[in-house]
Amino acid sequence: MYKILEKTQFSEKVFKFRIEAPEMAKHAHAGQFLMVRANETGERVPFTLAGWNPEEGWVEFIFMVIGKTTEMLSTYEAGDSIKDVTGPLGMPTEMAEGPCAVIGGGVGLAIAFPVAKHLVETGHEVHAIMGARTKDLLLLEDQFRELLDDDHIHITTDDGSYGEKGVVTAPLERLLQDKAVTQVFCVGPVPMMKFSAMTAEKYNTPITASLNPIMVDGTGMCGCCRVEVDGKTKFACVDGPDFDATKVDWNDLRARQAAYRTEEGQSLKAYEEANCACHRYR
Amino acid sequence: MPQVQVNGRFVPDMKSPRTADNEEPAAERACDFRPVDKGFTKEMALAEAERCMDCKKPLCVEGCPVNINIPKFIEKIREEDFGGALDIIREESMLPAICGRVCPQENQCEGKCVRGKKSEPVAIGQLERFVGDQPELASKPKMAPKNGKKVAVVGSGPSGITCAGELARNGFDVTVFEAFFTGGGVLVYGIPEFRLPKAVVKREIDGLEELGVKFEYNSVVGNITTADELFEKGFDAIYVATGAGLPKFLNVPGENLPNVFFANEYLTRVNLMKANNFPEYDTPTKHGKNVVVFGGGNVAMDAVRTAKRLGAERAIIAYRRTEDEMPARRAELHHAKAEGVEVMPLVSPLEFVAGEDGTVCAVKVQKMELGEPDESGRRRPVPIEGAIEEIPCDVAISAIGTNANPFAKKIGGKMELNKWGYIVADEETGQTTDPRIWAGGDIVTGAATVILAMGAGKKAAASITKAAAEGQI
Repeated sequence: MYKILEKTQFSEKVFKFRIEAPEMAKHAHAGQFLMVRANETGERVPFTLAGWNPEEGWVEFIFMVIGKTTEMLSTYEAGDSIKDVTGPLGMPTEMAEGPCAVIGGGVGLAIAFPVAKHLVETGHEVHAIMGARTKDLLLLEDQFRELLDDDHIHITTDDGSYGEKGVVTAPLERLLQDKAVTQVFCVGPVPMMKFSAMTAEKYNTPITASLNPIMVDGTGMCGCCRVEVDGKTKFACVDGPDFDATKVDWNDLRARQAAYRTEEGQSLKAYEEANCACHRYR
Repeated sequence: MPQVQVNGRFVPDMKSPRTADNEEPAAERACDFRPVDKGFTKEMALAEAERCMDCKKPLCVEGCPVNINIPKFIEKIREEDFGGALDIIREESMLPAICGRVCPQENQCEGKCVRGKKSEPVAIGQLERFVGDQPELASKPKMAPKNGKKVAVVGSGPSGITCAGELARNGFDVTVFEAFFTGGGVLVYGIPEFRLPKAVVKREIDGLEELGVKFEYNSVVGNITTADELFEKGFDAIYVATGAGLPKFLNVPGENLPNVFFANEYLTRVNLMKANNFPEYDTPTKHGKNVVVFGGGNVAMDAVRTAKRLGAERAIIAYRRTEDEMPARRAELHHAKAEGVEVMPLVSPLEFVAGEDGTVCAVKVQKMELGEPDESGRRRPVPIEGAIEEIPCDVAISAIGTNANPFAKKIGGKMELNKWGYIVADEETGQTTDPRIWAGGDIVTGAATVILAMGAGKKAAASITKAAAEGQI
């Protein structure tokens, strides 16, 4: 059992858990992930490591409520325990020397933050491009502002409720035009990563994407997380999750991500029916 | 022993038939995951034990990779001393309830049984299982005094748990590190419930805990800790038994389409995550109407029989050679066919085809014929030019084998790996090129059998015990 030390709510649907996991905290690197099984009947779900502290022996992950497991996790409180937490898994993020842009879209900002922090700590100049559908979904703004100067933070919202109206490729294109960055890291929804990749490729700037396929074991045993990169099959859990974004087959990733949409809906519905107040008190 | 009168003398009846397996009817069992084979009743076990001739030079013992004293434990069964029988087995094997079920006995102990020459061999596996299923009857194992040495075992599959059990009995302080949330390796994620109930595996792991073996689950050695760190923490030796779990690719177009699975994923979802009980359990799987499984080994049989149980109307084993060359156990092939599995020999996949919804809807296969024998002595399948067929399928599964576990190389130490990622270890002792690290099972030999992995664990435990006694660790 893995104890929840702290629960933070960022918005209606976005939460952060700080979990007691001393061994994982000692070995964690930016870009790696962990796998969670909430309870005995639970599924295994990957979450990127969003923070860790080897001295205090904890790791953090951020999640957005999108289905049964995340909805159930959101009901867990500090002091409760999660049945299984495995990690760190995957390869750490590697970036060469030089100024970089770190792009995070939606809940992907939680993944982008530790990477940005790691890059700052290793002496890189970092521009953060933070994208969200709307203001309420913009994560970790305070943390990013603590890490970077305001002129290195570029915020976009689809609906224009905060920052620049539009998508992340606009500030990215400006940075690339000005030659302000020589490499890019991106994480978020598939269309965002795909268009970021196309933009960076136009300027011949290397771009790495952190991919988020469905996983089962997370240790290279099953191949559920396989992705096509440069025409070759790779396992995101052991070969990635970071890959050259210009070489990723995005259609393939999207199709595989959607493979269980019907079952995910069924599972959420069954959970909500079993747990909604009208059933509970009947 | 049943006897017959020949020329006025009573001699053993070499033709007395083997006691038939106690199986659930195929039509009923193919609908759920209950064990296919219910095992011998006491009466059946006693009758079968009578068939053993108590040979002076028992070849069956030679056929067993861990050399269990088979005639002696069968004698104890005849005496109705089932606890005594189990004690004898446990001198050599800690996991009789598992091996009795999953060993390919026809190639091992039973394959060598003298009775098999004239009629049918003694059902040694069934007898081993019969006593193994009554662990409460066994004596407490004799434990050597604690020797103050600590050993880390990496991986809790059959090889790791055998080594851990032996070492604990020999006085070591043993910790097993397992990447999953539960122990057993392939016994829990690979072999289905209908062949090996998970309760049996759990019982064996609980037994090891009673011997003082500690289990650290969710521990991916290589990422969470390395060989050097384990030595720093006070471990005196390491046994690496991470297995060969990385699936091999078919390398054909469409292999990454949704609903095309590697057998490992398909089986893990059901066996480990209980996807057959979705949505009571959260992990879903795909219930295909038409399922094609590529491969001819036991994993392919497990996958196709699982598909049948998940409701497949048509479940096909597609193999590039013929039934005769299939590496699967005959009993499993027989069970699969009895359950309605279709065997399609001499085909090789060419391409998985996507339907309108983007998931697999068919697979194009190349028809083959058998040509000249290859290096392995088996006739090589050769494509028949232009003979291409399209088989409709909504789930396709690739079960053509596995490669070395990718974490072996991350464990570190001075342990050498060969170019395929397998660990180089002494065949007799299991010692690697790092004198404090031993390795065994599939991560040394490539995918093999449960009992061979256990044998390697046993040998390594003996070698580690010797090294400790000689002050080398």
